[in-house]
Parts: sequence; structure tokens; C-alpha cells
Amino acid sequence: MKIVVLMKEVPDTYGERKLNLETGLADRGASDAVLDEIGERALELALSRAASIDNAEITVVSMAPETATTTLRKALAMGADRLVHIADVNLVGADLGLTAEVLAAAIRRTGFDLVIAGNLSTDGYGGVLPAMIAELLGVPYASALASVDIAGDRISGTRETDGGVMTVAAALPAVISITERFPAGRFPNFKGIMAAKKKPVETLTAADLDIDPEALDTPRSIMLAVSERPARAAGTKIVDEGDAGEKLAEFLIQNRLA
Amino acid sequence: MTTFPKDSILVLIETTPSGELARSAAGLLGAAARVGTPVALLVGESATAAAASEAAGAIGAKHVLTADPEGGASQLAVPVVDALAAAAALVHPDAILLSNSVNGRDVAGRFAARTRSALAVDAVGISRDEEGIVAHHSVYGGAYSVDCAPTFGAPVITVREGSIDDRAEAASPETTALDVPPSGVPAASIQSFEAQAVVSNRPELRGAAKVVAGGRGLTSQEQFALVDQLADVLGAAVGASRAAVDAGWVPNSYQVGQTGISVSPQLYVALGVSGAIQHRAGMQTAKTIVAINKDPDAPIFEIADFGVVGDLFDVVPQLIASLSARKE
Ligand SMILES: Cc1cc2nc3c(=O)[nH]c(=O)nc-3n(C[C@H](O)[C@H](O)[C@H](O)COP(=O)(O)OP(=O)(O)OC[C@H]3O[C@@H](n4cnc5c(N)ncnc54)[C@H](O)[C@@H]3O)c2cc1C
Ligand SMILES: Nc1ncnc2c1ncn2[C@@H]1O[C@H](COP(=O)(O)O)[C@@H](O)[C@H]1O
Repeated sequence: MKIVVLMKEVPDTYGERKLNLETGLADRGASDAVLDEIGERALELALSRAASIDNAEITVVSMAPETATTTLRKALAMGADRLVHIADVNLVGADLGLTAEVLAAAIRRTGFDLVIAGNLSTDGYGGVLPAMIAELLGVPYASALASVDIAGDRISGTRETDGGVMTVAAALPAVISITERFPAGRFPNFKGIMAAKKKPVETLTAADLDIDPEALDTPRSIMLAVSERPARAAGTKIVDEGDAGEKLAEFLIQNRLA
Repeated sequence: MTTFPKDSILVLIETTPSGELARSAAGLLGAAARVGTPVALLVGESATAAAASEAAGAIGAKHVLTADPEGGASQLAVPVVDALAAAAALVHPDAILLSNSVNGRDVAGRFAARTRSALAVDAVGISRDEEGIVAHHSVYGGAYSVDCAPTFGAPVITVREGSIDDRAEAASPETTALDVPPSGVPAASIQSFEAQAVVSNRPELRGAAKVVAGGRGLTSQEQFALVDQLADVLGAAVGASRAAVDAGWVPNSYQVGQTGISVSPQLYVALGVSGAIQHRAGMQTAKTIVAINKDPDAPIFEIADFGVVGDLFDVVPQLIASLSARKE
């Protein structure tokens, strides 16, 4: 079974993340780049099930700047078999539509039975790419899964929606996305890191996928303006001396908050 | 045949299995009315009932389209996308609005990919300029505001629930039943659905005016009840950190933060929450932040308007007693 895991490089959420106020793009110099945690969980799912699946082959597909290679190699060190990295200066600042077209084309080129994505990346304000990719690939999409069962040519799982819990199923090929209720990704060990050096890495451009990022015939979403909000400052801080609850009640009442 | 105004904004309104409109509906129609004429699309068997159209009119729909596509109750997203495609072809709207819920995003993503429309997600506001519809976003936990628009064509926009205060005037809508040709796109099938019991009459976390959130400092599910108690005294919604969700003390839907819900209430009270940057990303735009934490160096104090360094198991019961006493 050919499993594609979609992983993304993002600014480390533990650091200060900045947007460039002129371009509106992530300021990559401002913070460390890491594999998105949810992508690591998606890969962990693939790795943990690989042993019980016939001829499982795990390919990580990612669209990210060229500099992301080091970050993405971690996925190979964790245990993925191959990496397909789409890196192209013309794709910097790609909107959701273009990103989906590129990833769908790369997945199709790679071949797939099951595509595993995260439900929501931490840098975009997204959560739509897997749905877009499923539509472009013409396959079912089971989203926001909290548990997954992969059996033969079918997947099933429980899905978290706002109103309750749903059990869903789909025939393969299919796209799924998982939530952070799945276990965190494993740490690469020394053996994994050494093995990763020999694993195939394919670097593609948009042209390799027959996509013209500058074509004007498809509507794209563009940024008109970006502004920074002033940072918040700390206010009063008291140490409890047995009456902090009363003082806090006073504060809330004075500010008409209670 | 009905003609639709030139400035129509097509709004997909989610309905519950019993035919009630989703809570997000009023905000979506409010946002639509600000920039054009709201045309609502209701999908599902129960949505075709006259009561559903009336309810949509009461919150501002000027026209209502209803559709009961094949597979509507048994397949994920695709039948709704088919209905939305039929509606868009009929209405030629200036923009299409959906809720930024799990289902809303699935439909928006598929629809935008199918029709090659520009897509903007998680908008917290909508406006119109000379060129068309603009979506406003709050990025990196509210640290930045970003405005987006399509190069051309009608944008598809998902709107963050609880972020729109505008409400549209009530209308008596004309209702049109849509004929939906099935696309035949393969979809995941729904095997069963277990609705989450609504356990209280507390306000919904999204869009709540007050939120009391609990973290790992609550130490157990039993002790987490203290968060509920304070919330009830304040008339607040209950939220939680990821640590509290991961511990299983509260459902996932309570999670505030980067990968949970973003809230901007008048009051946010953080109890036993350290204030990790990913938690702050979901609440730092609150008007007033109150924190109780026994660690004086907890990062939550950097953004708290009123911080108490102390044991929450001492401070909170006293706070509740004090507030209850003053209420009498
Ligand atoms: C990609 C990513 C996404 C994430 N998304 C989210 C998210 O959406 N939401 C989220 O919340 N987290 C998120 N996290 C996790 C986040 O980093 C923190 O781990 C989490 O917020 C910690 O939760 P906490 O504050 O409850 O626990 P802790 O950090 O363990 O803090 C508990 C606090 O309680 C205090 N305390 C203990 N006992 C008492 C007492 N008796 N009285 C008073 N204070 C007490 C302690 O001093 C401590 O400060 C994310 C992390 C990553 C990497
Ligand atoms: N540039 C990318 N390269 C590969 N996968 C991506 C990329 N962007 C998003 N994804 C996948 O889509 C999921 C949801 O992302 P998003 O729609 O950005 O919230 C992520 O968790 C990834 O699995």
C-alpha cells in the first residue's frame, strides 16, 4: 500500500512568530523552522501501522522552500521511506488554491492508496487543504479523525465534529486528516538518522508538475494589507495573603465583569 | 423564475439533524448583510421544511434556497458541495460564506477546488471595497491583522464562529427549491452519529462574553468542577488548556489555543494554566485577562490584567463565596 503523508515546515510555535509587514509572508528568519507537530502525528500513524499493512511504502510529500530540506529529513529519520519535496521560488506565497494544485499533482505523480494529513496546520489559518486535495484527486475525504482503522482496501474511523462524534468509512484510494488526539511523533534514533542519509529524496519544481504558478486564468487570493497589533502589557499582580479571592472579586465588580 | 440581486451573498447555513439552524447562522447572515443581499442555502431533508426557511428569514435571509441532494444524510461533504455548486450557478453571488466549522471547511475546500474559486479561511470580518469583497483575518493568535481578496471572481470565505457581532434585519424570504444534479464524486460515508449531549445551559465557548478556563493545575477531573462553579457564578463559558483536554478531564471541544478555539471575550479567567504561547494564541485578544497561578514566573502573568500568585484551591473558593455574597 502506498501511503503519502503530507507534512509541512512551520515556524516553531514556541518562538516569537513574525509576519513581514511588507510582503505579508512569514518572516522565516525570525524563528526556528520545525516540522509541524500535527504532521509528525500523521507520520507516526503511518509508521505505527506500516508493519500490519502489505508492502507499506511511506512517502512524505511537502511543498516548502529549498532551505526546508534539513527539517524534512527528520521525517526520513523517523522512518519514512522517501521524500518528495516541491521547492520553487515561484511558489513562495502560494495561496490555498495553488498549494492544493501543486500537492495534488505531486501526490498523483507519486501514486497513492492513502493520503494522511493533519487537520489543521499551526501557521496557516487553514484546515482546508486536505479537502481541496481530495476534490482535485477525485477521492473520498474523511476529515478530523480521532481514531483510524486501516483494513484491506478500506479505512474507517471516528470523526470529531462540533455537534458530536461520527463514525465514517471510505474505500481506498482516499484522503484522511487526523487531529492531535493521535500520539505524538517518535524521536528519530541514531540508526534512523544514519539510514535517512541513504533514502531517496526527490526535489521537484512547479514546472515538473506542469503547473504555472504565474498563470492568470485562475483566481488567487492575495494579501491587501497586513498590520501588527500592539503587544499586551502585564497589569496588576498580587501575591495571595489569604484575601486574594476577595481582592479579585473587588476587581471584577469594579470593572463590571461580575 | 426568481432573479437574484446583483450584490447577492450566498450563505451556506448548517442545520442540525432535527432541522434547527446552526448557531453560526446569525453571524454569517449578519456579515453577509453588511456587504450585500443575504441569500441562504439550507441543505438536508429537514431543511426543506417551511419552518427552516422562516427561521433563516428571521435572522436576515432575503432569499432561501433549499436542497435535499442524494446521499445528503449518508455522505460527507460531497452532496452539500453539489448543492452549493447548483446554488452558486443560479445566484451568481459576489461571495460565498460558510462557517469555519469542520464541516464548513470540508465543503468550502472541495467547492473552491472544484470551481477554482479563491478561498479565504477563518475570517473574523468581511467588508467591501470598489473591487469587491475583502476578508479580514486575525493571524498568529491575533498578533497580526491581514486583509485578503481574490484577484478576480467571487471568493469563498469561511467565517470564524462567534467573531461577527453584526446581525441582519429580519426578512420574509422567498423560498426556491433547488434541483441538484449529483456530481458522482466519491465521498466518505457516514456510518453512525452520536450527538454530544448538551450538558448545561452555560454559554457556548465560541463567541462567549466571559470564559473561565482550567489547566493542568486543576489536577483531576473531579477538581476541574471548580472551574465549572466559577463559570456559573460569572455566567461564563468553560474552556481548557490542551493539557486538561489530553488528560481527559474535558472534551476536545473545550480546548482554547493555537490548535483549539480562538476566543476574544470581555473577560478571560485562567486557572492553573501556565500560559504557554500556544494557549495564549487562542485567548490573548480577550479584553481583560485574569490569572491565578502558584508559580510567580508563569508566562500567563505577562499578559494578565489582574494576576494572583497563589493556590487556586484557596483563592477560587474564596472568590466564589465573595461574589455570591455580594450578589445577594
Ligand atoms: C503545535 C502545538 C500546538 C498546541 N496547541 C495548544 C492549544 O491549542 N491549547 C493549549 O492550551 N495548549 C496547546 N499546546 C500545548 C502547550 O504548549 C502547553 O503544553 C499547554 O498549554 C499546557 O497546559 P497547562 O497550562 O494546563 O499546563 P502546564 O504548562 O503544566 O501548567 C500548569 C500550571 O498550573 C499551575 N498550578 C499547578 N497547581 C496549581 C495550584 N494549586 N494553584 C495555582 N496554580 C497551579 C502551575 O504553576 C503551572 O503554571 C500546543 C503545543 C504545540 C507544540
Ligand atoms: N505546504 C504543504 N506541504 C505539505 N503538506 C501540507 C502543506 N500545507 C498543508 N499541508 C497538509 O495539510 C494539512 C492541513 O493544513 P492547512 O490546510 O494548512 O491547515 C497539514 O497538516 C498538512 O498535512
